[in-house]
Amino acid sequence: MRNRLRRSMMFVPGNNPSMIISAPVFRPDSIILDLEDAVSVNQKDAARDLVVEALRTLDFGSCETVIRINGRHTPYCEDDIRALVPARPNMLRLAMTEEPEDIVWADRMIGEVELEHDIPHGTVKLMAAIETARGVLNAERIARASERLVALSFGAEDFTNSIQSERSRDGFELFTARALIVMAARAAGIQPIDTVYSNVDDDEGFRADVQRAKQMGFAGKSCVHPRQVAIVHEVFRPSESEVRRAEAIMAAIQEAERRGSGVIAVNGRMVDGPIVSKAERVLQLAQAVGMTKGGDTSGN
Amino acid sequence: MAINAVGREVPTYVEGLGEFRPYAGVFATPPKGRRFGPTIRRTGGKKLLPSLRAAIEASGLKDGMTISFHHHFRNGDLLVNRVVNEIAAMGIKDLTLAASSLQSIHKEIIPHIRSGVITAITTSGLRGELAEVLSREVLLKAPVMIRSHGGRVRAIESGELKIDVAFIAAPNADEYGNLNGINGPTACGSLGYAFADAQYAECVVAVTDTLVPYPAIPISIPQTQVDYVVVVDKVGDPQGIMSGVTRLTRDPMELLIAEKACRVIEASGLFREGFSFQVGAGGSSLAVARFLRERMAATGVRGRFATGGITGYIVGMLKDGLIDAILDTQCFDLVAVESLRDDPRHVEMSASFYANPHTKTCTSDILDIMMLGATEIDLDFNVNVMTGSDGIMMGASGGHPDTAAGAKLRLVTAPLIRGRFPIVVDRVHTVVTPGECIDALVTQYGVAVNPRNPELKARLKDAGIDTVSIEELQERAERLTGKPEELALGDEIVALIEYRDGTLIDTVRRVI
Repeated sequence: MRNRLRRSMMFVPGNNPSMIISAPVFRPDSIILDLEDAVSVNQKDAARDLVVEALRTLDFGSCETVIRINGRHTPYCEDDIRALVPARPNMLRLAMTEEPEDIVWADRMIGEVELEHDIPHGTVKLMAAIETARGVLNAERIARASERLVALSFGAEDFTNSIQSERSRDGFELFTARALIVMAARAAGIQPIDTVYSNVDDDEGFRADVQRAKQMGFAGKSCVHPRQVAIVHEVFRPSESEVRRAEAIMAAIQEAERRGSGVIAVNGRMVDGPIVSKAERVLQLAQAVGMTKGGDTSGN
Repeated sequence: MAINAVGREVPTYVEGLGEFRPYAGVFATPPKGRRFGPTIRRTGGKKLLPSLRAAIEASGLKDGMTISFHHHFRNGDLLVNRVVNEIAAMGIKDLTLAASSLQSIHKEIIPHIRSGVITAITTSGLRGELAEVLSREVLLKAPVMIRSHGGRVRAIESGELKIDVAFIAAPNADEYGNLNGINGPTACGSLGYAFADAQYAECVVAVTDTLVPYPAIPISIPQTQVDYVVVVDKVGDPQGIMSGVTRLTRDPMELLIAEKACRVIEASGLFREGFSFQVGAGGSSLAVARFLRERMAATGVRGRFATGGITGYIVGMLKDGLIDAILDTQCFDLVAVESLRDDPRHVEMSASFYANPHTKTCTSDILDIMMLGATEIDLDFNVNVMTGSDGIMMGASGGHPDTAAGAKLRLVTAPLIRGRFPIVVDRVHTVVTPGECIDALVTQYGVAVNPRNPELKARLKDAGIDTVSIEELQERAERLTGKPEELALGDEIVALIEYRDGTLIDTVRRVI
């Protein structure tokens, strides 16, 4: 699904079987099995095999399966795509995307493997990780490079290195890059996903970082620890009044449709396109945390 | 042999130990007889003796007798090894070692088992190399008798377990044998497990490293019960209890399980003003206290008391006014030790007061909420906390069967898979606690309610908590791990698992 909920995208090392098995119980929206940074060079092949096996045998429940593959200019990228696509993950996340051509190339390769294995074209989605100054400046073109692309994610660790800065707790140095990535993704109709927060012991710093990301327009956050997933879901949880208002708007729309009326008002205020899409977004978030009828009751 | 009420074949007679009744149900075997009384003695003269050897000589210890110890220092215990070494050097042999529990530090007694100094053992638990040796080899005259904390004191009071000489490690003592565990450099806190030994042993030797002028106050164990006092350099290492406050787990899986367990508690109807509870010191069990505390703060519901082994975390709840009292048989960290010393609302209790099924009332029988662990749980909800997936003894009966028997809500928390093995099995290798007294299993993959408790299931449903059957949990685990292979076992019984009422609930066979 192109625009499914991706509030929390949790990284799990692709070479750690017990963590892969446990990941779904923390109910992240997406599980990212990592073949890149988490896996040392001499374990790339073994981790790839393990991830393929995991995709084929494990039940990831309602979690989206994403594989972070190695960047295009590494000797592993092609093998990653060839091995993984037949196992049908929901998505591949291409590390170190700098040019639209990286995405075009990955799109073509995935398409070839899909064809070889009788998998419908476009089944495996793509996500571009923007991790350098050059990638940020090309973000707009990257975001439009492929129909397969559903999200841009930001990787701040490599990015700060590329601008020769250091990462700070309040993330001041990331502001422009974050804003550009949000705009590039939103303009292309895909989702911007914010960078990881590496200090897993700093829950409050992480919460503030998620709040900033949400305020800036990010659709979700990359997580490196299960505990962060719950915090992300809390921050993205809509308020009770937001949910009730969204429900009223959607009910008014249904009522108007039933009566064949074109003009809709709720509590004396006109309801137009942006208000409807915001209401839909609020209800999607509300449903995920069990705030609507028929929603998830797990508390996540 | 007979088949007991949990379907286990148990002996009705064991050479060296006598006759046994098979387990018949949680409260199916009522007590009978009179309480045991030790010989009336007047020690007279000087109680303070110059050495351990002098005390052993004065105690009249002879071949074939029973010696006892408490386990308040846990893995920091120094006394068992020291006394057994001394006894061996004196040439005394064929003794029964009746410790309230044994830890991995006690591997030092293995040579004394091989040489016939120790020929029988009764304990709540066995760990480490000692446990492994006793699981693989038949070295004793009779199987190890595993008793729960309540079961041990019951056996002492009924005279089934007659102690000839009790050696009591006392962090604080005076020359007439008044003892406490809360003062002195090696303070271990509550001496609850030693009370029965002091009261019922024929001879009581207190061993201290901190002798104070008469009277040693407060008095936990009184001079009226103590025969001799010996001073040594150090009775135990409090670091073996644990320094500082017990840290809450940060393991996300344990936290997840604890959070689910807390939701079950809240939905059970027992989370109400004045409730009581017990949690262990480890992993998800203690983490349940954290979530309970959060819910208490959020809802304004206050508890009345907490029991059992006590940690600094529970002390924090007392200090914050979330509970009114702590009943403490054993301190799990030094914060608990300090609290027992300084706070009159934190009360030392004996093992009998805590868990003896054959007293007029024990605390475990009036507890509301009990959090339990498991190394395995089976489709009948029988719980194993004694043997590992390899059949080797590695745990303790402890207060598990005692608290499970009496508490109103008995929850087992455990990860569904531990070290590649599923936690839910067809039949547990060793039944320690019968499934009859387990209400639910809480794992990361869901909550399985025991069909014996439909009311709990209905309450969880009303609260919107989904439940699964224990069979579904087993299937889920086995999809990941496969079905574990049967263990290769010998015919010899290496341990008997006594239920708290003195009946036999299971046996442990030798691992080949």
